[in-house]
Amino acid sequence: MNHIKRMGVLVVFFAGFSFIQDTELSKSIARGKDVYNDFCIVCHKPNGEGTEKIFPPLAKSDFLVKYREESIRSVKYGQKGKIKVNGIEYNGTMPLPGLTDEEIVDVMNYIMNSWGNKSDKIVTISEVKSLIK
Amino acid sequence: MMRFLGTFLIIAIVNTCFGQKDDTTINTPATLNYTTELVVPELDIPWGMTFLPDGSMLVTEIKGKLIHFKGGVKTEIKQVPEVYARGQGGLMDVELHPDYKNNGWIYFTYSSSEGEENGGNTALMRAKIKEGTLIDKQILYKGTPNTTKPYHFGSRIVFDNDGFVYFGIGDRGEHFVNPQDITKDGGKIYRLKDDGTIPSDNPFVNEIGAKTAIYSYGHRNPQGMTKHPVTGQIWENEHGPQGGDEINIVRKGKNYGWPVICYGINYDNTILTDKTEMPGMEQPLYYYVPSIAPSGMAFVYSDKYPDWKGNLLIGSLKFQYLERLVITDDKVTYREKIMPDLGRVRNVKIGNDGYIYVAIEGKGIYKIVPSR
Ligand code: HEC
Repeated sequence: MNHIKRMGVLVVFFAGFSFIQDTELSKSIARGKDVYNDFCIVCHKPNGEGTEKIFPPLAKSDFLVKYREESIRSVKYGQKGKIKVNGIEYNGTMPLPGLTDEEIVDVMNYIMNSWGNKSDKIVTISEVKSLIK
Repeated sequence: MMRFLGTFLIIAIVNTCFGQKDDTTINTPATLNYTTELVVPELDIPWGMTFLPDGSMLVTEIKGKLIHFKGGVKTEIKQVPEVYARGQGGLMDVELHPDYKNNGWIYFTYSSSEGEENGGNTALMRAKIKEGTLIDKQILYKGTPNTTKPYHFGSRIVFDNDGFVYFGIGDRGEHFVNPQDITKDGGKIYRLKDDGTIPSDNPFVNEIGAKTAIYSYGHRNPQGMTKHPVTGQIWENEHGPQGGDEINIVRKGKNYGWPVICYGINYDNTILTDKTEMPGMEQPLYYYVPSIAPSGMAFVYSDKYPDWKGNLLIGSLKFQYLERLVITDDKVTYREKIMPDLGRVRNVKIGNDGYIYVAIEGKGIYKIVPSR
C-alpha cells in the first residue's frame, strides 16, 4: 500500500517534471521563432531548407544532430570554412549574428525542433555560456 | 467562404508568380572576354572599399575592421568606432571626400549604439587617418531611435558633383512606422553638406517636425548607391522583401513607396500589399522578381572596357554573380551574368586606374581584366 502510494508520488513527480520541461521548451521554441525570423530566415529560408551549395539546410540537417556543440558555436560566433551538411559541401561565411545568450538558447531550441527536427535535450543557458571562443 | 477561397487563390497565384527560384530573365554570355585577378586576398565580409590617390585601398569588414591595403600588405587602422554588431549591423561603407588630397577626410557608415535607448542605428562619421589611427572623428548624422532589430541598416555613401554627401538608412525593421514618415529616421536617403550641416535647399527644411537631412523617402534597405558618370544623378538599389528589389534614381523629395507599393511579398509568403503603384509614389526604374539581393553598384565609364561603356554593374548576394545591365533612356534593356560562382558579391567599384573591382564575401577583392 505504502509502496503504491510512493510510486504514485513518483509518477506524479516525473509527469510534473516533464511537463515543466515541456512548457519551458515550448516557450523557448516560440521565442526562438521570432529570433529566427529576424536573424536567420534571409539565408536559411522560411522552412529551414537553405539554398543548395550556398546556405546549408537546417531542416533535417545531419550536421545539427551530429555536431550539437559546433552548431551552437556557429550561431554564437559565426562560422566560416568548409563544412559538410547532408553530404553536400559548403564553403561559405555565416556572419556573426550578435545574439544574446538567451536568444541563442531560443533559436537553437526552435531550429532543433522544427521542420521535422526533434531534440529531446533542451539547449540551456549554461550550455551556451560554457562555449567559449 | 468565397472570400476565403479568393484569398487562397490570390496566395496560390502569388506563390507561383513569385515563388520561382531561378532568375530566367538574365543572360549567360557564351564567351568571356575577361579574366579575374585576386588583388586583396583573405577577407571576411568586405563591405566597403575606396581607392586612395597613392594607389592603395581602404576596405571595411562588416565586423568592424578598417583595413589599409598598400603594397600587398594589410594594416588594420586603429581607433575605429565600436560597431553595434548585431544581425546585418557593422562597419559598412567607406568613401573619400572629393577633395581628399587636400583635406584628408574619410567618410563611413556604421551601426552605432550611441544614444540612450538599447540597440543601434546607422551613423555617418567622418575622420582622418594619421599614422595608422583614426583621428578627428565627427559623427555627422546618427539615426534615432536605437532598436535591437537586427536588419535594414543600409548603407552606402556617395558624393555628388556639388560636393553634397548622400547616404541611406534602411527601415530598421519597422516598415509600417518609418519609411513613410518624414519626421522619423529609417527608410530614407539623406543629403548633407560635407561637414554634416543641412543644405538650405533640402526638400523638407520647411516642414515642421521633419528630419531635414532627408532627401527622399519610402525606401526599404538601400545597399547600393553610385553617381551616374554623365548626368551626375545619384542612383540607388535596394533590397525588396521576396521579390521587389529595385533600382531607382534618387530624386529630391520623392516618395519611393515602401511599404505601400511593392512588387514583392513577405518572406513567409504572405501578402504585404496588393498595390504596385499609387499616385505620388515613384515607380522603380527596374524591379527584380525574384530578388537577387543587390549589393554595390557602379557604372562602367573608363575606356578599359569599350564594350561595356555606360553599362551598370550590380552585385547579387543571392545568386552569387555580378550583373551587367545595359541601360537605354533610363530603361534596362539587357542583363548579363559576369563572374558567376565566385561567391556572394558584396560590392563593386571602379578604381582610379579605371578597372572594375569586385568584393566577394569570404574571398577578397578581385579585379576584372579584359582579354586582349
Ligand atoms: C548571411 C547568411 C546567413 C545568416 C543570416 C545565417 N546563416 Fe547560418 N549559415 C550560413 C552559411 C553560409 C553557413 C555555412 C558556413 C560554412 O560554410 O562554413 C551557415 C551554417 C549554419 C549552421 C551549421 C550548418 C547546418 O546546416 O546545420 C547552423 C546551425 C546555422 N547556420 C544556424 C543559423 C541560425 C540559427 C541563424 C540565425 C541566428 C543563422 N544561421 C543565420 C549563412 C547564414
